[in-house]
This record gives sequence, structure tokens and C-alpha cells, in this order.
Amino acid sequence: MPLDEIKRSASGMLSDGPDWNFELLAEYEREIDRVAKIYKLDTYPNQIEIITAEQMMDAYASIGMPLNYSHWSFGKKFISTEQGYRRGQMGLAYEIVINSEPCISYLMEENTITMQALVMAHACYGHNSFFKGNYLFQTWTDASSIIDYLVFAKKYVAECEEKYGVAAVEDVLDSCHALMNYGVDRYKRPAKISINDEIARQNERAKYLQSQVNDLWRTLPKSKKTEKIDEARFPSEPQENLLYFIEKRAPLLESWQRELVRIVRKVSQYFYPQKQTQVMNEGWACFWHYHILNHLYDEGKVSDSFIMEFLHSHTSVVAQPDYNSPYYSGINPYALGFAIFMDIKRICTAPTPEDYEFLPDVAGKDWLETVHFAMHNFKDESFISQFLSPKVMRDFKLFAINDDANKDYVEVSAIHNESGYRKIREKLSAQYNLSNLEPNIQVYNVDIKGDRSLTLRYVPHNGIPLANSRHEVLKHLHRLWGFDVKLEQLDDDGNVATIGRCPTEHSE
Amino acid sequence: MAHFIDRRLNSKGKSTVNRQRFLRRYKQQIKRSVSDAVGQRSVTDLETGESISIPNRDVSEPIFHTGRGGVRDMVHPGNDQFNQGDRIPRPEGGEGGGGSGTGDASDSGEGEDQFSFQISKDEYLELLFDDLALPNLKKTQHNKVIQYETFRAGFQTDGVPANLDIVRSLKGSVARRIALSASKKRRLAECEIELAELLCEPVPDTLKVNALQAEIEELKAKIKRVPFIDTFDLRFKNYDKRPIPTSKAVMFCLMDVSGSMDQATKDMAKRFYILLYLFLTRNYKDVDVVYIRHHTQAKEVDEQEFFYSQETGGTIVSSALKMMHEIVSQRYDTGEWNVYAAQASDGDNWADDSPTCSKILREQLLPLTRYYAYIEITQRQHQSLWREYEMVANEYSHFAMKHIQEEKDIFPIFRELFKKEVERKTAGEE
Repeated sequence: MPLDEIKRSASGMLSDGPDWNFELLAEYEREIDRVAKIYKLDTYPNQIEIITAEQMMDAYASIGMPLNYSHWSFGKKFISTEQGYRRGQMGLAYEIVINSEPCISYLMEENTITMQALVMAHACYGHNSFFKGNYLFQTWTDASSIIDYLVFAKKYVAECEEKYGVAAVEDVLDSCHALMNYGVDRYKRPAKISINDEIARQNERAKYLQSQVNDLWRTLPKSKKTEKIDEARFPSEPQENLLYFIEKRAPLLESWQRELVRIVRKVSQYFYPQKQTQVMNEGWACFWHYHILNHLYDEGKVSDSFIMEFLHSHTSVVAQPDYNSPYYSGINPYALGFAIFMDIKRICTAPTPEDYEFLPDVAGKDWLETVHFAMHNFKDESFISQFLSPKVMRDFKLFAINDDANKDYVEVSAIHNESGYRKIREKLSAQYNLSNLEPNIQVYNVDIKGDRSLTLRYVPHNGIPLANSRHEVLKHLHRLWGFDVKLEQLDDDGNVATIGRCPTEHSE
Repeated sequence: MAHFIDRRLNSKGKSTVNRQRFLRRYKQQIKRSVSDAVGQRSVTDLETGESISIPNRDVSEPIFHTGRGGVRDMVHPGNDQFNQGDRIPRPEGGEGGGGSGTGDASDSGEGEDQFSFQISKDEYLELLFDDLALPNLKKTQHNKVIQYETFRAGFQTDGVPANLDIVRSLKGSVARRIALSASKKRRLAECEIELAELLCEPVPDTLKVNALQAEIEELKAKIKRVPFIDTFDLRFKNYDKRPIPTSKAVMFCLMDVSGSMDQATKDMAKRFYILLYLFLTRNYKDVDVVYIRHHTQAKEVDEQEFFYSQETGGTIVSSALKMMHEIVSQRYDTGEWNVYAAQASDGDNWADDSPTCSKILREQLLPLTRYYAYIEITQRQHQSLWREYEMVANEYSHFAMKHIQEEKDIFPIFRELFKKEVERKTAGEE
């Protein structure tokens, strides 16, 4: 045995710590990088930052970004994270990775070298290549400019606070945050963002100058307002992007308030792809840390104890508790994503007749090309409907529940059997469809001839009503819009009912 | 190739601003929580932080989300018993067997959910003593100064490298180089033009050319010899120290520990003094505290004994007042010290002694003190001492008296006594 060990270390086995230092990290990173290239992972350059637990909590609080504008809600997030961590109710993530160029990853100093290697393979190569390759990220985000944009946003918000007071800025941001999920054009692809930003900044400057001019003309009090009203035409088609609509159309906002709306909208848009690719993104990253580190082990680069420790962490990350387990809190995106990617590889390399029937396009193909293809061109919803195989459904023992509030029972509508595969696949896919998760609310009308009131319309999906929080949200919307705000609900039978209004004096 | 950055030494207070924003936004609720808490804490516990609870609905950030009802399809893992078409009765109390995927816990009525968190001792005290101040504090000049502050005092030509002012030094260097080489450079330029002209001539005058070339060489060498930086270019930041004028305050704590003071009353008095003590040490770095306790005789004691030792006996309040006067005149020159006093008692006094007390106060103590607070902790009728003091209070604006009945009165009364009052007159008698 000792002889054997010497031989292996002589052939370049890396130390398995457990402590790490920067030289060792760099060595591991070099090896991981080499292996990643073998598997054709195309990444942004990596910037790896070592941080403490406390800094990790800071990062949590600013929604994972290295910097962000100041707002009390981030303080609240920080306080609750800190509380949870102190009381031992929650652990902190081993890493946070930011979709930027260079791709910034935070590694916790507490991690052992094995964990650091796992995290590097997972974040710096898995997530990183996903950010660079996936079509949603390519369409919606601009990795090279996000940090610059946040610097700009932070500075701009700070300047506004100085000029107009913290409370005034906070009011606008509060209201925008309430509508943050409605700051994205879901069905329309945005123009190239970087160019957009360029133009927007120019516009902003021009607008600012214009506002200075307007100040000079303030002796004509009404003219500005009437102009605005002419602009705010009845939107010929319903608008789903509420924040955009407000930014462009709200009659009474000052230009700095519009810019704040824009900032929140941009941040929201930046995170939009992440919400839609959680399963894929995590699955992809797990798939690659698993392959890269196993590859290193096969080459004899890492020790037995390294790989054991790695497998221990890996299996707990991709574990899926059953529906009746006390730890169950929905489907674990790491587990599902990893299982599907692993199964794609299996279907390519060792297809069964069943696979030829269910996934004819995948079975027997080159696995590396196929997983890359899957990563590039799908989001969770379509990924599941394309690649969820009967085997994964059987492994997970998936079953679908139909929960109709009008009945006093819930019904099992499909299970993992011959007749259920397609149904389960369809239902699970729908479960990741963002437009099923977020209520469909759109700007429907502005009464431009009358009281300038704004009407939103909610179209329920499967008769699911809106929660009571809508009244609070409407108050925020009212603050931004400046005139009456109304929320209608369009039922299946075509009836329209008003389900919220601000101010409320008419209805209650 | 990856780039590693060690951020561990960076400041970790990135969220401090946001945390402060949060605290400020919910100051009212947090204050309420702090005031509630102060009554419930044990006396010795006042030094730690505080756990704050705010109703969740106050700090919620509303968004549009779906409520309960309608038809939902959910896929779950781990089927161990179900077959297609199985019907599972809904469990009592809502949440269907499938669980509602998007419904938040918060939408099920306005629960009494609390958002709880800890604040540090400093934050706690900050909130506790927010807008309170020692009344009538005057900035009396310290005669034996102990504290100095360092301030920038121009520049000097000598110093340690750490204090080197690079910009100023280089400015000096540039100026010196210009001064020392400008005439030579001018001459050099002239020579070069001359030389060029000479060389352009059909037959250059070799002698002149040589002479010029020699001069050019010499000039260049001279210019070169002017050093880029010289010791007398160096300028160092100069620092000096100056004394900080500080205000000194002394606080007299007087407490009745006679037999009539039962344990509960003493506890309340202790609480009051501890608040006072924390408040003082927090607001003023330089505060002396003198503890005097009395029954029939007064005694100056240390903090420990003041709060925690047992005594019994009758009550003669004037003994403590006399002692306080003695101590002030011996140790605390009023030109130098701001004298404050707080007296706690259950109001019991030997009847004949009360007029003596008010006499001592009027004639000896009140002219010396900036503020004198008397708290009476009792649930009974007021006695002679209170009535005597009431007369004093009518005459002197810097004498205040309050009545505490229950534990929960302590904090509000404390606040009342030390509320920052702009219009409160400075002690007039000087």
C-alpha cells in the first residue's frame, strides 16, 4: 500500500487537504479547467473570490449581487438570514455565482479543499458555461455590463436620495418592488440590451436637460400635464409589462422617478432567465461537477478520500425527499436536473427500446453534443417536456395530484406507469411554466378622456383567485400612477368583476 | 484562467446601511418593543442586546400572487401507494393533500406572525435613550486635560516616510528642476538652432561647430545633473496635538435603604438607577458617579454595595443630603463639574426631618446642582417629604419630582425626566 501511494502521488496527485491555500486552489482550478476543455465547456473568464460567512450573508441580502442600491428590504433580508444562520436553522450556500463577465464566484472560506474543488467545478464551470451558452441568458442578460449597470444604479439611487430625500426614493422603490415581477416583456424578445442601454442613457441625459428646460417654463403650469395626457393613450393592446408601462406612461412621475422604475425593471429583467432555468441550470452544474471530478479521480489526480468526501456532498445535494418525508418541500431542482441530464447521457450511450419510443431524437446520439444542445436551447418548461424520460419518472416515482377547491377530495390524476408518462411529463412541465406560476395581470385600459384611471385585468388560470395582498399592491400602483387604479377579473364565462380598487372610497 | 481574490479582509459591513435603513423604517415599532421589554427584563440584564418582534404584516412586501382555490395540478415524487384515480380526502383545515404550490403562508388571514430579530446592546441603548439628554450640562473647561486630539498642522521638511506627502514633494521637485534647468534649457535650445543653422551652411565653420557641440554636451550634462528628486523637495505632513475641551459631570445617586423600603421598592429604585447609569455612561464619557445610601445615617458606598446589600433601620433623609453637600464641597468644584443628583425613596421620613431636607436643598444643594430629580416609589399616600419637596419644586425649575407606582412606570418617567428640552432654561442662579 505505501508503495502504491508513493507511485500515485509521484504521478501528480493533488493534496486532499482538508485545508486549502491559494496555491492549491489554483492547482485544482488548472486541472478542472483542463478537464472542462475536454468536455467542451465554453465559459466566461472566472473571477473567484474567497469570502467569510458574514460576507456571504451580505451577498444573500443584496440578492446575490456584489453590489446593489440601498433599500430597507435588503436590510430585512440580511437580518432574517443572519437570524436563521445564528440559530442554526439554515446553513449558507457553499457558493454564489454571478452571471457576469468575468463570471464572479464566491467561495466560503470554511469549505475544505474538496468542497472548494466541487464548488469550482460546479459554479465556475457548470453555471458559468450555462450563463454563457443558454439562449435565455443570451437573449435577456448582458453579462459584460451588469456590474457596470449596478454601479450606475447604486450611484443614481444615492444621488436621488441626496436630492429628494431617502423617504421619497424609498416610496418609489417600495412601489416598484411590489410590481417587480411585472417588469418583463414575457412574450417579446428584447432588443440587444447593451445597445438599448446605450440609447437609454443618452435619452436619459437628453430628458434631464429637457426637464431643466421645463423648469424654466414652469410659469405655464398646465401645459406639461396636458401634453402627458395626450401621450397616455388607451393602450391598443393589453400591456403585460406594468413597470415599463408606468415608466413610459405614468402621468405624474418626475424623470428621476422614471429612472428608478427603470432600474428596478432592469434588475428584474436580469433575473428573469434564472427563474425559468433553475432545474436546468442546477442540473447542468451538478452534471459537470460530477463528471469533472470523477474524471480527475480516474486520472489519479485526486485521492480516494477526496472522492469519498465529494460523493458524500454530491449525494446530499441531489437527494430528493419523498412527498411524505418531513424534509419534503417540493421537487429539488438539483435532483431533477441532474437526473435528467444523467439520463440523457444514458439514453445516448445505452438506449432501450422504450427510449427509442419516447425520445427518438436523443436515443443513440453523441451524448456530449446532445447535452450541450439541451443546455443551449431550452428552459425548464421545454426541457422537461422534451427530455423527461419514463426512467426518470420511475426513479422519482412521480405522481400527479389534481386539486380542485370545489371538491372535498384531491385526485391522483396520473402515476408513473405506461398510461401516465405523458400526462406527468406535461403536468410537470406546466409546473415550471412561469406564466402559470405568476398571475396573469395586464394593463387593460386608461381612461384618457375621463379621470385618467388605470384598469388592470386579471385573467385567472384554472379559476385560481388572486390573494388578498392585491389590495396592498394596488396602493403601490396607485402611488406610481397618481390617479385611480382598478383591478378587474375576467372569468371563464366572460364576466368582468372589479376585485380591487385604490383609492377604495367608491367600493367600500 | 481563473483569477483568485481574497475578499476576507474586506469590510463585512456591506449590509450595515440596509440594516440601518430597516431599523429606521421600523423605529416606531422597534421602540415600542424596546419599551415593552425594559419592564420585563431583570435588572442585570440591561447590558445585553434585545430581541425585537414586529408583526409580520408590518414588514411584508406585498406582491401579486395567487390565493387559495381553483384547480391546481401538482407533481410529487415518491409514490408509494397511489394509483391513477385514487381519491384522497382533504385534511381538515385547508391545505389540500397536494399542498398549495404558490400560496404563501401569509395569505391565510392576518396571522400573528412575528418578524423577530436581535439588536445589539448599542442599538438597544440608542433606542432606549433616544432623544434624552442630561439637562443643563455646561461645557466647563477641564483644567487637567487628559484627552488630546491629533490634527493636521501644515507641512514640514522632516519626518517619517509614512507621513510623506507625495504630491507636495513632487511639486517641489518639479519646481526645483524648472528653476535649476530652465536657463540652461533655453541656452541649449538656442545652441541647437545655431548649430543646425551652421550645419546648413555650404561650408560649416568647424571651429564654431565644435565649440557649439561642446557647449551642448556640457549643457546637457548640467541639466542631467539636476536630480529628479532631492532631499529638500521632500515634504512631510505635520501633525500636532491639542487638548479637547470636555465637560465633566458628576452624578449623585441617593437612595433610602431603610426598613420601610421593601424589596420590591428597592428593585424599582435599582432599575431606575441602572437606567440612569447606562444613560450617563452612554452620553458622557467623563461622568463620575457617587452612590450615597442612607437610613438614619448616610454612607458613601460603591456600586455593588449600593445596589445589592441589605440594610434596615429608620429614615433620616437629611443625612444623605448633608453628606452629598460635604462631598461636593470637598471633591467637586462646581466651576469644573456639572453636578446632578437623583434621589429615590418611598417617601417615608422622620416627620421633623422633612423641613430640614428642603432647607438643605434650598440653601446648599440646589445652587450647586444643575438638576435634581426626586422619585418617590410608593403606592401609599404621600407624606411630609413629598409635600416639602413640592414647595421646592415650585420655586426651582431644575428640581423635578416624580411618582412611581408600578414597575411599568419606571421607563416612561425616566424618559420624562430626561427628555431633551430645548426650552429648558439653564440653571439660572449663576
